[in-house]
Amino acid sequence: MLAAVGVPSVDSLFRDVPEGVHLSEPVDLPPHRGELEVERAISAMAAENVAAGSVPFFVGAGAYRHHVPASVDYLIQRGEFLTSYTPYQPEVSQGTLQALFEFQTQVALITGMDVANASMYDGATSCAEATLMAQRVTKKTGVVLSGGLHPHYVETTETLLKFLEGQVHRLPPDIAGTEDAAAEISDDTACVVVQYPDVFGRVRDLRPLAEACHAAGALLIVAMTEVVALGALTAPGDMGADIVAAEGRSLGNPLNFGGPYVGLFAARDRHVRQMPGRLAGETADVDGRRGWVLTLSTREQHIRREKATSNICTNSGLCALAFTIHLSLLGEDGFRRLAALNHAKAVQLSEKLAASGIEVLTEAFFNEFTVRLARSAAPVVDELAADGILAGVPVSRLLPGDPDAENLLLVAVTETATEEDMDRLAAALKEAV
Amino acid sequence: MDRSQGRTSRPDSAAPASGRDTDTYTGNRGLQIEEPLIFEQDAPGRCGVDLPEPPAVGNRLGGLERRDAIGLPGLSEPQVVRHYTRLSQKNYAIDAGFYPLGSCTMKHNPRLNEKLARLPGFADLHPLQPEATVQGALRLIDTLAHWIRTLTGMPAVAMSPAAGAHGELCGLMTVRAALEARGDARKRVLVPDSAHGTNPATAAICGYAVEAIPLNDRGRVDLAALKSALGDDVAAFMLTNPNTCGLFEDEILEQADAVHEAGAYFYCDGANFNAIVGRVRPGDLGIDCMHLNLHKTFSTPHGGGGPGSGPVVLSDALAPFAPLPWVVDTGEGFRLVEHAGDAGDAQPYGRMKAFHGQMGMFVRALAYMMSHGADGLRQASSDAVLNANYLAARLSDLLSLTYEGPCMHEVLFDDGFLKGTDVSTLDFAKAMIDEGFHPMTMYFPLVVHGALLMEPTESESRESIDQFVEAVRFLAERARAGDTARFHEAPVHTPRRRLDETAAARHPVLRWRPEAPQSEAAE
Repeated sequence: MLAAVGVPSVDSLFRDVPEGVHLSEPVDLPPHRGELEVERAISAMAAENVAAGSVPFFVGAGAYRHHVPASVDYLIQRGEFLTSYTPYQPEVSQGTLQALFEFQTQVALITGMDVANASMYDGATSCAEATLMAQRVTKKTGVVLSGGLHPHYVETTETLLKFLEGQVHRLPPDIAGTEDAAAEISDDTACVVVQYPDVFGRVRDLRPLAEACHAAGALLIVAMTEVVALGALTAPGDMGADIVAAEGRSLGNPLNFGGPYVGLFAARDRHVRQMPGRLAGETADVDGRRGWVLTLSTREQHIRREKATSNICTNSGLCALAFTIHLSLLGEDGFRRLAALNHAKAVQLSEKLAASGIEVLTEAFFNEFTVRLARSAAPVVDELAADGILAGVPVSRLLPGDPDAENLLLVAVTETATEEDMDRLAAALKEAV
Repeated sequence: MDRSQGRTSRPDSAAPASGRDTDTYTGNRGLQIEEPLIFEQDAPGRCGVDLPEPPAVGNRLGGLERRDAIGLPGLSEPQVVRHYTRLSQKNYAIDAGFYPLGSCTMKHNPRLNEKLARLPGFADLHPLQPEATVQGALRLIDTLAHWIRTLTGMPAVAMSPAAGAHGELCGLMTVRAALEARGDARKRVLVPDSAHGTNPATAAICGYAVEAIPLNDRGRVDLAALKSALGDDVAAFMLTNPNTCGLFEDEILEQADAVHEAGAYFYCDGANFNAIVGRVRPGDLGIDCMHLNLHKTFSTPHGGGGPGSGPVVLSDALAPFAPLPWVVDTGEGFRLVEHAGDAGDAQPYGRMKAFHGQMGMFVRALAYMMSHGADGLRQASSDAVLNANYLAARLSDLLSLTYEGPCMHEVLFDDGFLKGTDVSTLDFAKAMIDEGFHPMTMYFPLVVHGALLMEPTESESRESIDQFVEAVRFLAERARAGDTARFHEAPVHTPRRRLDETAAARHPVLRWRPEAPQSEAAE
């Protein structure tokens, strides 16, 4: 091959690299290893961790452990899905494009919205992008963030807006559930962002807030961290939401220690040209047969460059596919039953905890609620972890230094928890406090 | 019906709206099976998952039960498996063939990496579990960070960005935070004409005006133009190196000096790092900040458009401003720094996403790095560059090479060789599809007329490159011989032929909706 190129060595192909910076030897890292050795080394790191499925597990606060049917992971590992690129060449990407069109439809249906995009990185980035979109739509810049919004979503949103125009008004943590976000709307408010259920697990009717937003010319953005809730709860779209920004990982995807996740982004038809991210759309080929393409790309960075609606390029394609396959397997009945199962188990656990003398603070919830312990929650969680129970997330991990949060524990329960798991948690918490 | 050119005819007007190939009764063509949407296969009450009956307890939904039907279709498990299997068969993929998409680094994705990412010790791990229960995960992130720092020659790395563009955002925000900390936010970011679109889009989100820097006649940044554009209001210069013309920026040291002299930071887009891994360390080039695309250089699968992962390496001056969270090795275990109050004197500018980073991608990338080792990674970049130069050498007599001299991991042609043929770059690419290849990147970079950017990667054998070359040569000759129909009709052997993108954008149909009931439609 060197002869065909007409050079004496591979080194000479690097002749444009300035002298002195072209390394003559490999860098100081271990040499190549065989498959067996790599598997051994990395498996050893995996073995140092406590896998969620190996213990009674009640950790949530933005990521919820669900059972994913085996066929989901089998299908997404088909090489035609796994090893293809973004579907820029539609004639050889109809599989990905049709799946994205199905994904967009499913997201629109469950959120009760008109349209959805082909995914964002995760729920938090989706939420942040939603506030930018609200600024574009309303031509106003104020952003009100509810105190029930997950603190990581708050921080991600504040970060994206950090160097742009506009005031971010972050309301204090709404532990008591008494927040009146409508009272914070001003003439310059582009949007109010609330979470549903909120970070403390609480559900509340969003209609009054939606009305207040619309009366002031602002948009209501509803963030969600647990999409399974939509199988049981009234959809945000049916309560007046203008944008729904949700974490979709619960369907189809494992916990993955925080990533990759899949952001859902749903909006109203009238705002579609202000949406961020990729969109698959229906069209026809030259023979008149139905097919799919990426569309409205004049919103996007590869066409619009600095005038794009977002800088996003790669998103969460394969996670979106997993979401879609899982939801296709569930269907209407399965999705509702899954949600009902989650809720019933959460009610069951809340009753068991209350019976053990633990104070359950959340009145109305889906599959997560807040309890108040008689002492600081973080050490209790560590002690229970040492005994092989992952009890939940101490609120102080999300709101460090907040004295009101010190004794609070978020407890999540999904279809994966058994009655025995719940009994062990109730007994262990009772003993610990 | 006109079959003389191997194309199907337009269906008659009586055909259903979904269209149907008149070739067969079903519309299927052997292994190519027409597949309706899942919504069109709905059998109400059917379900592909067997879930237990919920325990009989009261309802605590606060009166917000969802009452109306959602509209999700009911399908059985075999139906769903068949549906998505059929859809998969309508995709081109690296597993199936040569994918010379320039600037995208479509290399082989080893399945070992898939297996390891699925170990319950990683995949079934919650980001907010107590630190004591995730030490191995933090060790893996720390180990990967060490490999990344060593390969780039940079002192620090921010691991959380979820993709390349997200990494760019992280990098440029770090730059802005560092500038603001010294009371000098500045106003402009300089970006070469040839840059990826994400660069200017990112600069805009960071509140900067974007100014384009032209290339010189050798396809590199015009150093004089860069120097004259620099000034004390310039925050950063964003360079891609090797650049999007597939060339190493041979005046990069002079560029770095000029940028630093102006008090600006030197940002590098690391999308093309695959060309130089193990041979050149960006830290030795005067770069302050660079994102990596683990889904390009380090072979985590592209997945039809993500997920990616975009760690950002940082200089000592920028490191204190990196976003949270950080993994810290205390000597007695690993800690996660999740809050600014825990960060000591550092001033993290914020948070990029909900949790710590793309763990699933980290496992895959580290498995790739460990499999290759220091020697294998250097070999991979050498082979990637050799393959691209071999491709250039085999085609340069027939196609029009844009710039002379050795290229890096990809080679750029313009459409000069198609002049006077009535065949466009797009037509040529679509004809490549009929020959069984994924097209090269087209019309990018924007600085070249009718660009064709080809990146073979190190994964391809000489034989597979030769097959590609023979097909390209055949087509280039057909184009010159006036066989334009072959190009204008292409592709004809795909599940769909050319799709009407204009109509799709003019009247967007972005979701399925149920058809109106017959009686209503008749009224």
